Order: sequence, then structure tokens, then C-alpha cells
Amino acid sequence: MELFDIVIIGAGSGGLSAAVYAARAKRSTLILDRKRPGGQAATTEKMENYPGFPGGIGGRELMDRFRDHAKEMGARVEQAEVIGFGEEDGNYVIRTRKGVSYGARSIILAPGSEPRKLGIPGEADYSGRGVSYCATCDAELFEGGTVVVIGSGETAVEEAGYISRFADKVVMIVAHDEGILTCNRTQAETALANPKLIWKWNRSTLAIEGGETVEAVRVRNLKTNMEERITCDGVFLFVGTVPQTAFLGGFVETLKGYIPTDEKMETNRQLVFAAGDVRVKNLRQVVTAASDGAIAAYFADRELTEREDFSKAVKRAGHNYLLYFYSPSVQQSLDLVPAAERKAEALGLSLIKLHALKFGTVAARYEVKAAPCLLRVEGENKVETITEF
Amino acid sequence: MKELDKDNFDEAVLAHKGLYLVDFWGSTCEECLAMMPEIEALATALDGQVEFGKVNIQGNRRLAMREKVLGVPTILIYKDGIKTATFTKEFTADEVRSAVEELRLG
Repeated sequence: MELFDIVIIGAGSGGLSAAVYAARAKRSTLILDRKRPGGQAATTEKMENYPGFPGGIGGRELMDRFRDHAKEMGARVEQAEVIGFGEEDGNYVIRTRKGVSYGARSIILAPGSEPRKLGIPGEADYSGRGVSYCATCDAELFEGGTVVVIGSGETAVEEAGYISRFADKVVMIVAHDEGILTCNRTQAETALANPKLIWKWNRSTLAIEGGETVEAVRVRNLKTNMEERITCDGVFLFVGTVPQTAFLGGFVETLKGYIPTDEKMETNRQLVFAAGDVRVKNLRQVVTAASDGAIAAYFADRELTEREDFSKAVKRAGHNYLLYFYSPSVQQSLDLVPAAERKAEALGLSLIKLHALKFGTVAARYEVKAAPCLLRVEGENKVETITEF
Repeated sequence: MKELDKDNFDEAVLAHKGLYLVDFWGSTCEECLAMMPEIEALATALDGQVEFGKVNIQGNRRLAMREKVLGVPTILIYKDGIKTATFTKEFTADEVRSAVEELRLG
């Protein structure tokens, strides 16, 4: 089994950005994705808000650049679906559907999210028969036709603009009051000025109907309670996203499917980080996913370095040594550093100083409850806790 | 895999005796591009037993509509020119492989 310093799951903007940083830190880096690298951003026709590209850049083109950048730094990209996790010899094991397993000293989870389904009658039955969640895939098939778009967020408004290049008429179903869109103002102004877009405000969608293919959408006016049947050739739904975390099977803690992390992007499991849309966060954009990836890779590298440093320190210290746990938030533990150093000198032993939180696994192994804590260690075993120094 | 379009589709697929698998795809469809290598591998494995072709919906919209393809990726399997199996949107190459095997033997 091949062992990597950092294995990244998901090759969207978060994962690929993490790969750039991980590989640049000279960490052996593998990035796995069940599909082509690029994630959701690659399905966007044009990115208009990624800094550094005035005039916009194609979503696929931008993601190809992310991928090329990660490869140039030395990351390996593989197409594989992750189906399970394990632990072996102090490392993580990642199992894939093809049967190949990879060893990982640390993991960055960046599986992203996928379009949310409304769950209304007809939606599943007509998937691929007029119901779509991907404008760049299917918009052309509705050239000259009438299309209903459900949603009023950034994706809905952006994609409606793209669809209107092909369709004659795009009927927008919006749950809010007239004029209220949940996208940014630039997008809203453009959309409201688009003559092909017809607005149906205060509407909820009841069902998608048809024969062999979609023929109509049934909506209800939330103000008047009147129902209406809108004849159309296709329906595009852009009603938010759901995180792709089912494959984790409880490997890390999730909250409504999303992964909570601290500001280092670390999950509740040591040396397992998360980046991008899958995180509990407010703004899910390519630029924030890229930021997450950079932070996750930086701390993965730093924590691996700390562990390596500890192993080296133990090796240097020999068979017997003192371990001193401190915490920057406990002033007393900082004040006592010189005393610990003098104690080690008096005993003729080396002293290894450890940040109690960063070396949580070491602290747990020696049953350290709080800093300051000074231990005498022989081999790998605690001999005594030194209380007076 | 044979490149199919509105001009050669009927003769190649509908007039064909036996099985013909057609992959409808688009160059801006990520799912289509991700699946293509797996379908190409299947085509190689079944070379000489099942015919394989692909239709790029860009430029062949009317053909796609006529065949009731309203979303991609879509894979249609024709037997003696008659559409006998449809896979659209959420399907795996393994499911397609099983269906082809079943139709070939049955």
C-alpha cells in the first residue's frame, strides 16, 4: 500500500488549492476524485467573481488551471471513488471502489456539495426527461423552447441568464416578494433587465407534470393561494446544495451533513481536515474554498512537522528524558519553563517541551490532563509525574 | 466509438441488426466527460459484438430531441433499430455494462 503525507479527497477548488499548498510544502500529495477534477465550479459557464480575472473566466478553464497548478507542484491526481476509512500502524487507510487502498498520514476532506433536490412529485421521474440541475449540460437541448427555472439565488439567476441564450422564454419561479432576489445586486440588475426572463413572484412549486417528457410545472401563488399550470419544455432547479458526506460513514463528526472544523480546518479527528463547500460555513464560493484548502494544507503540514520533530527529539533524548507539557493560554505553564529546564539539568536528563494541545495524542498517551505537567519517561513509559520543580 | 450525427444516425443505428449503444454527450457536460472513458473501455471490451456510437448534442439538437433525449449524459441501447434501454443522468457505467450483457445474452 502506497503511503502519502497528505491525501486529499475531492478535486474541486478546495481540494486542488490544498494540493498546491501541500505539494509545495514538499509533502507527498495524492488527490482523489470520483469524477474529473474541477468540482462544481467546472460546471459553471463563466466565473465573474474570481479575483484576478477581470472580464470573467470559464469555470472549466479556471479549474483546469487549478489542476495544472497542483500537478506542477508535484501532486498526483487519481480518479477513484472513496468508499471507506481505516487505521493501520498509526496512519489512516483510504479504501476505494476499485479495490486499491492508500495510506495517509493526514487527510483533507474536500468532497464538496451537489445540487439539492426539491422532492416534489414528478421531479425524480422526469430527471433527464426535462428536469435538470445543470445548465451547461442541458440548456442547448431547449433551444427555442420555454424553460422554467426554480430558485432565486446566485446560481439560479446566473444559470437563467445562460439558459436564456438558448431558450425563447425563461419563467422564473421565485418564493419571495416582487423584486427580491437572493443573489448579488449586479446579477439581479442584469437578470431583471433580461427581456427573456418572465418573473413569477411569491410562488411555490407543487409538481412537475408531463407525458414521456416534461410538459408543465404546477405552482401556487403564496399570496392568493391560486394554483397555476405553466406549460414548458424543461425545468431547471437551483435550490441550494447538499454536502456529499454520506461516504464518510461517521469517520468525522458532521452537522446536518456538513463538517464542522476549527479555524485550522481540522475536524474532530486528529490530522483530518476539511475544506470547501462541505464545511459548516456561510459563504460557499470558489475563492473561499481555495482559502480553506490553503489553510487545511498549511496546518496538515505543520502538524505532521510537529510529530516528526517529536519523534526526532525523542530519538535525540535517548532512553530517559523529561517531558514538559505547556499551553500558551496557561501563563503559569510558560513561567515554569526555566524551572523545568533546571530540573532536567539537575537530573542530567534531556528535556522535551511540548504544546499540550498540539501534541494532544502524546498528552493523552501519558494521561496528561492539564498544563503545566512535567513527566519523567523511560523508554516509552511514564516513570513519574514531577510535581515539585 | 463511431461519431454519429443527424446525417448518419438512421442508417448506422436504426438500420442496424443487433445491439447498438449510443452515448449522447455535450462538450460542456462534466458528467458526460467523466463517464466517456468508461464507456469507451466497454466498447473496446465488446468490440465486434455490440456497436458503439456517440452523439454530441451540440449541432445535433434536433436528433437528440427526436430520440427524446432532454438531458445528458444519456445512453440509449437499440436492438434491431428499436430503443430498448435508456439511462439518463444518475447512472453508472457498471449499470450500463450489466444491461448490455443482459440484452446480448437474452
